[in-house]
Amino acid sequence: MALLRITSPHTHRGGRRTSWVMQMVILATIPGILVQTWLFGFGTLINILIAALTAIGAEALFLKVRGRPIAFFLKDNSALLTAVLLGIALPPTVPWWLTVTAVAFAIIFAKQVYGGLGNNPFNPAMVGYAIVLVSFPVPMTQWLGHADLISAGSTMSFSDSLSAIFGGLSTVDAYTMATPLDAFKHKGGLMSDEAFASVTALQAASLNSWMWVNLAYLAGGLALIGLRIITWHTPVAMLAGLAVVATFFYILDPSNAATPLFHLTSGAAMFGAFFIATDPVSSCTSNRGKLVYGAGIGILVYVIRTWGGYPDGVAFGVLLMNFAAPLIDYYTQPRAYGHKKPKSGVAIGGDK
Amino acid sequence: MSAATVYNFHGGIHPPENKAQSLRLPLGHPKLPEELILPLGQHIGQASRPLVAVGDKVLKGQTIAINNGFLSSFLHAPTSGTVKVIEERPIAHPSGLADVCIVITPDGADEWQELEPLRDWQKVSKTDLLAFLAEKGIVGMGGAGFPTQVKLQGAQKHNLSHLIINAAECEPYITADDMLMREKSLELILGIEIVQHLANAQQVMIGIEDNKPTAIAALEKVIRERQSNIQLVVVPTKYPSGGEKQLIKLLTDQEVPTGKLPADIGILCQNVGTCVAIYEAVQFGRPLISRFTTLTGDGFGAPQNVEVLLGTPVSHLLSYADANLSQVERIVMGGPMMGFTLDSLSAPIVKTSNCILAATRKELPLPEPEQACIRCGMCEQACPASLLPQQLLWFAKSQEHEKAEHYNLFDCIECGACSYVCPSSIPLVQYYRHTKAAIRDAREAAVKSDIAKQRFEARKARQEAEAAEKEAKRLERQKAAAAKPAAKKAAPTKVTEAPAASSAPVDEETKKLKVDLAIAKAKLKKLDKALQEAQERQAVEEISALQLQVDGATADIKEMEAKLPATAPVAKPKDAAPKVALSDEAKKAKVDVALASTKLKKIEKQLADDPDNAELRDKQSALQQELATAEARFAKLQPEQASSEAKPAAAKPVLSDDHKKAKVDVALASTKLKKVEKQLGEDPDNAELKAKQAEFQAALATAQAELAKFEAHAPVTAKPEAKATAPADDEALRKLKIDTAIAKAALKKAEKALAHAQEIGADNVDTLSQQVDEARGRAEALEQALTKGEVPPPAAAPKAEVNQLAEQIKQQKIAAALAKAQVNKLKKQLAQQPEAEDLQQQLSVAEAKQQEEEAKLEQLTNSQENR
Ligand code: SF4
Ligand code: SF4
Repeated sequence: MALLRITSPHTHRGGRRTSWVMQMVILATIPGILVQTWLFGFGTLINILIAALTAIGAEALFLKVRGRPIAFFLKDNSALLTAVLLGIALPPTVPWWLTVTAVAFAIIFAKQVYGGLGNNPFNPAMVGYAIVLVSFPVPMTQWLGHADLISAGSTMSFSDSLSAIFGGLSTVDAYTMATPLDAFKHKGGLMSDEAFASVTALQAASLNSWMWVNLAYLAGGLALIGLRIITWHTPVAMLAGLAVVATFFYILDPSNAATPLFHLTSGAAMFGAFFIATDPVSSCTSNRGKLVYGAGIGILVYVIRTWGGYPDGVAFGVLLMNFAAPLIDYYTQPRAYGHKKPKSGVAIGGDK
Repeated sequence: MSAATVYNFHGGIHPPENKAQSLRLPLGHPKLPEELILPLGQHIGQASRPLVAVGDKVLKGQTIAINNGFLSSFLHAPTSGTVKVIEERPIAHPSGLADVCIVITPDGADEWQELEPLRDWQKVSKTDLLAFLAEKGIVGMGGAGFPTQVKLQGAQKHNLSHLIINAAECEPYITADDMLMREKSLELILGIEIVQHLANAQQVMIGIEDNKPTAIAALEKVIRERQSNIQLVVVPTKYPSGGEKQLIKLLTDQEVPTGKLPADIGILCQNVGTCVAIYEAVQFGRPLISRFTTLTGDGFGAPQNVEVLLGTPVSHLLSYADANLSQVERIVMGGPMMGFTLDSLSAPIVKTSNCILAATRKELPLPEPEQACIRCGMCEQACPASLLPQQLLWFAKSQEHEKAEHYNLFDCIECGACSYVCPSSIPLVQYYRHTKAAIRDAREAAVKSDIAKQRFEARKARQEAEAAEKEAKRLERQKAAAAKPAAKKAAPTKVTEAPAASSAPVDEETKKLKVDLAIAKAKLKKLDKALQEAQERQAVEEISALQLQVDGATADIKEMEAKLPATAPVAKPKDAAPKVALSDEAKKAKVDVALASTKLKKIEKQLADDPDNAELRDKQSALQQELATAEARFAKLQPEQASSEAKPAAAKPVLSDDHKKAKVDVALASTKLKKVEKQLGEDPDNAELKAKQAEFQAALATAQAELAKFEAHAPVTAKPEAKATAPADDEALRKLKIDTAIAKAALKKAEKALAHAQEIGADNVDTLSQQVDEARGRAEALEQALTKGEVPPPAAAPKAEVNQLAEQIKQQKIAAALAKAQVNKLKKQLAQQPEAEDLQQQLSVAEAKQQEEEAKLEQLTNSQENR
């Protein structure tokens, strides 16, 4: 009998390891992926597959370059999660090389270069997304429309999705349509109600399809909260931030602004709130910090959607708040037991 | 009994409880082990001092070690037997280090000492009751083993709103308190009543987790029967609700401010085991010699709770409860969350051992490999202290200690909840422990270097002042000496009147030193007080920092005290000088004696004002002990002193070692010879004696020859004019002999003075040796002046006639007398100018010479007698 010398604690919560956490997050996206596939065809699934392969390849390559054990780190599933999130976020018709570029960039430059998991200051998936959005704006803003509204009259078939991604589909225009956000942003001089009445992308079918997508991600997100993998703070704060600002401007100018509900149920609102903003590594740590951080993202999303150059603002909102996260962390330390007030700021000159 | 509101604390976890295993069997009573190992440090604070010696017979309950200072405790023999040995043994401690233990071999009789209960505890004063508890060795049995009397005494200074009895026992696996409450519910309640008598809190609450229904029912019953107003508060099961701070939050919704004690917000916490021990001590006079301990884990065939004697080795309990050692991979003392692993099975049960967890690999698997922190925040959600463990981890890894402190690292209670939930299996607590230790070390080092710097600067300033003064005096004397040579040509060193100027600065200096000393002492007193307060407050870091400062201040004072008698113009400088010439150790011992007796006096005075104060009484007895030891030590060191001083004296530059040795040889040989001759006088026919005589004569001759060789180099002096004045008759000779004896005694004293000078010289050897050279130069010049027209050294008389020898003896006597006169003169001067070091030097030179002359005289006399 060789006695072990280990310091306390001697017991650990079984099973809930980092890989399990990542896996659960991936599983929680499944409702959303299913809804997306049902509404927009197999493009999303194909994207995810390409992204996953790229991510694993890139991660393995760079772990090798950095001289790290490959299997050990691959097993943490974090690269896979990044790939899945990117695959979901990219439009279902983007060419394969665009996905590969985004994912490779996310894994290599947004994560491995900083020292791998846990050290990246920015959300890798959003870095990859932003890079391709800025570099290839046209394919990146081309979404598919609801079957009832587009000229093709049906969702894209699997083979069409494949050829769209790998060869360029000549008939792709028959499937594509602006997203409601995009459409609303470019409603021109139309009043809100006029736009909702006349623009195809703002028809009930289109709005509803996006609402279903958002609800599916909301369900997945609630599951994550239920599993205590994420806390409610970031998503609730982000959605609340978005809703409050939207309400404010809607009340101010109902004829030109969209309703808060429109904002909450379109685009990547829920997906962003529960799956992107909650990326633990690049977000704030304390509960109070998460509230500030989430609210900041919500406000930025509204600002970018309304006045920015892109139809949706989740990626840039998250990245901007990533910048601010360390600062927020410094000023939102929790009040520790036995302290009257929470501490804040950085320790300068060694206080006690 | 109204149901009390239960509040909540942040975080917490729900690890598998694993409590059922050890509750299946009834309470066990293991038989006596072969030996009982009782570590002297079973509590927080100084280790106890053993009262017994190896081989002593002890009775069950007999005090075998007593407290060693304020924050310390008593220790008692758990059974009757013999003290086998007192030595270092492996003990149950996180460090895995060994500590001094009293090992008792039981005699099997288990014979109690007569016990003295304190049944009228309600009538005696609280201090007496506290002192009684201290003598019964009661310490906190739940946590770190804080001496109960200290905790209670500290709490008495506050108005207490709550007395909280911690019965939560939130750690998985452990059921010792649960079992105790089932078995001794009445004793517990009665014990709580005693504690409440001492604490006098407005509300008494027992906080217990809802997973102990049997114990809850038992307690409720007793409380109802006794119509007690103790509130039994059932709290939900959540680790670490048994943490003192967490339980306080749960029961009162108050938080203990950081760095403070519960008593500061009017709350006193006691563990159930402690309360029962208090009851048993008071009611039956039973000291703390056993406790309830849980034996659990899959490694045990018969997991159970046992009432076990302190000192029982873990191995004994393992075999008692059928442990399957081949399966056991980890033995944890304490619970799985905060316990520590044992690596020696011979480690004993101590007052704080609540659980032995013998775990198989399956039960407590190896931790998974550490992965990167993904900042998931699960640790933060679990942390009962509301810290940000992931940030602390970051700072710990990057060694940003300041930031870690800023993020309240020191509020971490090391509960392990964060490590438990961390999905990346990061051993967070290990990181925190390490960082805390590093920060503490750094703080201590800072304090240390501060103190060292202060002391260094103070000493340097003092030394500079002294050196300047000495230099000034020396110059003055030189001037005086230069002005006088014409007038006092024959005896230039006869400066009878002490320079008046020199005594004033001495006074001044002494006064200054005294003031310094007083200041230093006041500082020390203040520090001592702070230290004691810190000990009361259990502020571990502060204690060590303060301890350092106290040590520093004490050393300062010692240094000053050592200096003071040296500089002070005491009436009898010759006495003062040897005193300070004591060896370092003896000096320390002496200072210890002085300190101890001062302290004792102080305490006695306080005690006169406040005769009931048990603390004072404790202290008094401790001090008396201390004083006795210190005195003994000093007494032991003093005789050594004489011999150890002979050495520095021997190293005097005048006589080489070999020379001296030769002399000693001669003396020895002649003594032996004399003895033999005397025996021969009684028994003139003894051939053996005769042979011996011859042998000794030969030896003496060789030794004398050897000595003569040395003497040839030494300037042997005899003065014609002195001869004229020196009376050479028998009368004079007798007187001379007496004088010689006196001079010898005086010489010894003076030698000590030299040793002192050399010791002081440790600070400024250069200046001093320079002074020595100067002094020697002067002494030699003096000699030359004195021995003008001297006779060539006749000492080496190989085959001298009797007449010649007698003549030589006469001459030698004169030389010795002269040397003595010189010594006396110098001594007189020195009496007026006690700290004039060059005078001391001269004196020692002169004395050495005197000694030399006398040795020669003796030698001559001897050879005359031998003839
Ligand atoms: S639980 Fe572990 S991985 Fe999660 S934030 Fe804390 S330290 Fe990091
Ligand atoms: S060990 Fe310290 S940091 Fe971790 S949960 Fe406990 S108190 Fe919080």
